[in-house]
Amino acid sequence: MSVPGNRLDPWINAYAQRARGMTASEIRALFAVASRPEVVSLAGGMPYVSALNLDALADTVADLLRTEGAQALQYGSGQGDVTLRDQIGQVMAPVGIQAHPDDIVVTTGSQMALDLVTRVFCDPGDVVFVEAPSYVGALGVFRSYECTVIHVPMDEQGLNPVALAEAISSARALGLQPKMIYTIPSFHNPAGITQGPDRRHEILEVAQRNNLLLLEDDPYGLLGFDDVGFGDAPPRAIRADDADGVVYLGSFSKTIASGLRVGWAVAPHGVREKLVLAAEAAVLCPSNYAQMTISSYLATQPWREQIKVFTETYRQRRDALLGALHQHMPTGTTWTTPAGGFYSWLTLPAGLDATAMLPRAITALVAYVPGTGFFVDGQGRQHMRLSYCYPEPDRIIEGVRRLAGVIDEELQLTRTFGTTHTLHQANGPSTPTPDLQ
Amino acid sequence: MQVVVLAGGLSPERDVSLRSGRRVAEALRTAAPDWEIRERDIDAHLLDELTRMRPDCIVPVVHGAAGEDGTLPDVLECLDLAYVGSRPNPSRTAFDKTIAKSLMRRAGVSTPASVSLPHSTFRDLGAAGVLQALAARIGMPAVVKPARGGSALGASVVHEPQDLPAAMVGAFAYGEVALIEAFITGTEIAVGVIDSPVGPRALPAVEIVPDSGFYDYAARYTAGATEFYVPARISSETAAAVAQAAISAHTNLRLRDWSRIDFIVDHAGVPWFLEANVAPGMTETSLVPQALSADNFDIGRLMVELVKTAAQRIQE
Repeated sequence: MSVPGNRLDPWINAYAQRARGMTASEIRALFAVASRPEVVSLAGGMPYVSALNLDALADTVADLLRTEGAQALQYGSGQGDVTLRDQIGQVMAPVGIQAHPDDIVVTTGSQMALDLVTRVFCDPGDVVFVEAPSYVGALGVFRSYECTVIHVPMDEQGLNPVALAEAISSARALGLQPKMIYTIPSFHNPAGITQGPDRRHEILEVAQRNNLLLLEDDPYGLLGFDDVGFGDAPPRAIRADDADGVVYLGSFSKTIASGLRVGWAVAPHGVREKLVLAAEAAVLCPSNYAQMTISSYLATQPWREQIKVFTETYRQRRDALLGALHQHMPTGTTWTTPAGGFYSWLTLPAGLDATAMLPRAITALVAYVPGTGFFVDGQGRQHMRLSYCYPEPDRIIEGVRRLAGVIDEELQLTRTFGTTHTLHQANGPSTPTPDLQ
Repeated sequence: MQVVVLAGGLSPERDVSLRSGRRVAEALRTAAPDWEIRERDIDAHLLDELTRMRPDCIVPVVHGAAGEDGTLPDVLECLDLAYVGSRPNPSRTAFDKTIAKSLMRRAGVSTPASVSLPHSTFRDLGAAGVLQALAARIGMPAVVKPARGGSALGASVVHEPQDLPAAMVGAFAYGEVALIEAFITGTEIAVGVIDSPVGPRALPAVEIVPDSGFYDYAARYTAGATEFYVPARISSETAAAVAQAAISAHTNLRLRDWSRIDFIVDHAGVPWFLEANVAPGMTETSLVPQALSADNFDIGRLMVELVKTAAQRIQE
């Protein structure tokens, strides 16, 4: 006699509707191989923290614990440590933001700030306009709050303001409720594009005209390589020109250390009050220990010089990537030339599918993030994000060489069958693990 | 007793293997608290370490080619190390679905009609003509999958001939040879087989009912996405036939210690052999642990017995 069917999860009927898409993913399983040293991973967005002076950082932490340990290991304020908030004001000065410490909310990475802003502003179904493509971590947050995400095309200057205005009008015409515009204006993840000053003004103007919050995510703003049209200074933040209509998100993950998980939001008064209450509900307070470590580091270490070390490291790696792409990629492949940050966005020859090609790439010991991970609607199959921030230049070159071979094989296969394969979206999200985002 | 559980590797099934390995190691620690149980990934330092360590037994739980195509036991035998599982040549035979199906057909076990072809055949002869011939020979619907591989990676069900090219490309993403197999309508069944002093013994059959209709990667490894019946909802006569077919597969493929044999049982009660697995999955959603549980057995007890047998075997 048969026993009743077993689903191996007694809670299967208790999960919220929004958890339905949380399934095992073939793509995610493939990324498990990417962490192995044999694989050249052009997938991971991991900052090269080995470039830090770790001995000096160890001394900083030891001093902190010796002198202020009782405070560092205690609960703190929901808004964040006031000394650090003051220092964050100095860190933002190069991008043109003048903010009082009261304007700043410290968060557990800027990812938490993204979560808090969405939690405070968006009801299920509310529309968030994002770039096409957009940061996978942001898309995950918007989806978790059941937002309607609408992708807006980019051009070589970034988010297209005309298309943005049209998308807002179309959404309203459909009876949808637009709530905010999410943009990464500098050294975009994943597109590697930077908005020029005029473009930033145009986007801000669209947001103001439509009375929509502009959520400006700027984790890479201080990591520019070249003259990107702003002189020697980093690109000026949109928030610098509108303190009331823009919430600005910053992070120490790329300029100091991602493992400390310290980010922040700069928000208008009313928004800020709600963000603090939401933060307290979520985590009580950000880690005092991590905040005070950052604060001590900023106070005692040459952090501006360290950013130059990071930037030079990433510039060399960007050059290695671009040089190898020029040398090895087959005709029909194109890519963006980032002027800062971590990523280039590659477009495959017509007919190829980066998601379907990933198993072959993993077998060839090279990894990338398929473009579909940066969209909510299945776009991006012909694209992939290549990251140059973590591997050494010679490994990047070897990785591109392997990738070119994979693309050649895929081209042969596609020529043979006249089509490509589509991995089922039902197989779960194609979003990678946090170390790859 | 010092035991090394090997898991991981570089195959697309690395993640599954790591989870299987963790579960096997934990079960061994619980069942044999006096033993030293180590978990180890596959890498370039492994052999040096094993040579230095000389563990009493190795339990490979490495899925995919590196663990199931016979190369790992080949190397372990070169080092004169005791290990649980099938020997090199039987592993090679079982891992290649084309060869395994051929041997099973010869042994009188039904297996769906199939054709295995490399990409070069389609390229050299023209895909359209070859696919047309395949569709005519195999019929629709059909299952397309890599001839060597597991966890349903690269596998798909094709209902119309025009969908065959995309399915072929999907299978070739995971291997050089694709198997196109007739789709048999019926009940999906997996049977664990374990060796005992009196010969191989079939565990209770596990019936698999995926919500999506296809037991793909998500259905396999998402808890709740598939409903399992243990024992399977089949008649006692059919259950006996399935058990006999599983033991026949284990014996004819010369598998050793343990295996999992997958079937479709058609509406007439005939078990159709699909494939044999020499390193069955042992994750929280895998099939053999469910069968063991239904048999009032558990992973720890099984592994302790297999380890003792393997350690004794090498001394003899």
